[in-house]
Amino acid sequence: MKRALFHNKFLPWLLLAPQLIVTAIFFLWPAAQAIRQSFLREDAFGLRSQFVGLANYRALWGSSEYLNSFKVTLIFTVSVTVLTMVFALLMAVAVDRLVRSEKVYTTLLIWPYAVAPAVAGVLWWFIFNPSIGILPYVLSQIGISFNWIYDKTDAMIFVVIASAWSRISYSFLFFVAGLQSIPGSLREAAAIDGAGPVKRFFTITLPLLSPTTFFLLVVNLVYAMFETFAVIDATTLGGPAQSTNILVYKVYQDGFVGQNLGSSAAQSVVLMVIVIALTVIQFRFIEKRVAY
Amino acid sequence: MAQITIDKLGKVYTGGTHAVEDINIDIADGEFIVLVGPSGCGKSTLLRMVAGLESITEGTVSIGGRVVNDVEPAERDIAMVFQNYALYPHMTVRQNLAYGLKNRGTSKPEIERRVAEAAEILQIGAFLDRKPRALSGGQRQRVAMGRAIVREPAAFLFDEPLSNLDAKLRITMRLEIKELQKRLGTTSIYVTHDQLEAMTLADRLVVLNKGRVEQIGSPLEVYRKPASAFVAGFIGSPAMNLIQARAVPHLPGTGHAGLIGIRPEDLHPATDGQIEMKVDAVEELGATRLVHGNIGGENVTVTLPADADLPESLRLAVAPGALHLFHAETGARIA
Repeated sequence: MKRALFHNKFLPWLLLAPQLIVTAIFFLWPAAQAIRQSFLREDAFGLRSQFVGLANYRALWGSSEYLNSFKVTLIFTVSVTVLTMVFALLMAVAVDRLVRSEKVYTTLLIWPYAVAPAVAGVLWWFIFNPSIGILPYVLSQIGISFNWIYDKTDAMIFVVIASAWSRISYSFLFFVAGLQSIPGSLREAAAIDGAGPVKRFFTITLPLLSPTTFFLLVVNLVYAMFETFAVIDATTLGGPAQSTNILVYKVYQDGFVGQNLGSSAAQSVVLMVIVIALTVIQFRFIEKRVAY
Repeated sequence: MAQITIDKLGKVYTGGTHAVEDINIDIADGEFIVLVGPSGCGKSTLLRMVAGLESITEGTVSIGGRVVNDVEPAERDIAMVFQNYALYPHMTVRQNLAYGLKNRGTSKPEIERRVAEAAEILQIGAFLDRKPRALSGGQRQRVAMGRAIVREPAAFLFDEPLSNLDAKLRITMRLEIKELQKRLGTTSIYVTHDQLEAMTLADRLVVLNKGRVEQIGSPLEVYRKPASAFVAGFIGSPAMNLIQARAVPHLPGTGHAGLIGIRPEDLHPATDGQIEMKVDAVEELGATRLVHGNIGGENVTVTLPADADLPESLRLAVAPGALHLFHAETGARIA
């Protein structure tokens, strides 16, 4: 890297200041606050707080609701990630086969990415709405009842689809780029080597895509775990009966709706640890370049 | 082992442009055929049509007496060596060699035997467990060859396999390919734009230009009796001088030809020579020197011994038998 020399001692700091200030105000300070809060308990009126040590954390592990939220998050995250990636890969493979119309399809398929998560949530809320939505109506015509307002499984399916939808575009773009960087001669060589289209896909294309796949896996996991707040908030609000109350949403509910700041802070510290762990894993692996 | 027959083969793209047109080649069992021509002449398209990677729109390709127009590449019993080698980067050399055999359900001991044999022939045994990125260009080239020979196919197809190698390695590999092909006796089609590579490798050359065959023949035939002005200018290095007949009005035996071809080595200095050349530039090659000059307004190159005198103008003579005469418009050979 090129080393720039500054004669003024303060100039480099000044240039870095905007970034540092934003990070400090919006990340470091709240994070520090959360850690501090997680060791405190406030009284009902928010007048006094008392140091309680690890009591908030201990309460979390004892809470069946919190453990349920963990389970819900796991199901939700894995479903969103798998649905997003499988669908994105299918689309990418289909588009990669096209010669002339490829650009048109690619453009159309990235549109959902431009829709804000909350808007996407509302959109799906309308589609899935048990009384006015088109989908439950269509399903009822073929004898399937779909009502996420009281059915836990339906609710989960609903938020998974709503969350995955806007995310497919992003993964799709990366998969298309990944597929196009595989030299055509490799697939031709495999074709001459007697591998049919399916075998070619699993033994040549997929392994060569593995760096892209791994990158998307981590990015999508992080998205599903931490950035789906808006979707949940615009649709199920964590219900029915906690069935879609993922960890991020529970932090908000317990803290800002339930006013249990200590517990909420402890939950966000747990989330922070998970994010850090995921990031470390990602960097470790990406440096190793997966597979080849 | 098989003979390959290419009959009235053509490729038309939607829109009507012909990539190749009316190609007829009979390739004998065990023959080494080189397709040569400038870039864009359709030689790679032709090879890919034989391989089955490009669809055939006119005529037929037969391998071993069977028309293969609608046969999948895998079922044509051919192996191909690509310009960029196309080694599978996520597999070791051993897996690269075994991949085609595995797909065909060859038994494990048989795969091991053939891989070991190919590794022995190509001297790549030492890096069977490495991945392609850990190999040099020449080693990758050998692995690509190995992948072709383990399959023991009816024919080898080579698509400019040496053009990514440096000049020195290219000459060594050229010899090895020739030797290997002779030893295995496998029918081969080899595509190159390098006329020297074509001359040294081929049993027979197919010179292509703008999607059409200009000439088919042994390297010496093509060199001695080029069928057209195009072939004359393409085969041979330094290239044959092609000059308008009116630039040398005093030369006997030119008849009604519009274009006269003279190889640089067929022009000799002679005190009573009918041709006068003004010398513009000289390139020293060590054993010989190339003299570039001008005869009646046409650029001409002459190969002279390195110890010859170099006056500002040379008088040159040419033996009548060494003249190549071509039609002015069509470029076809007259005599």
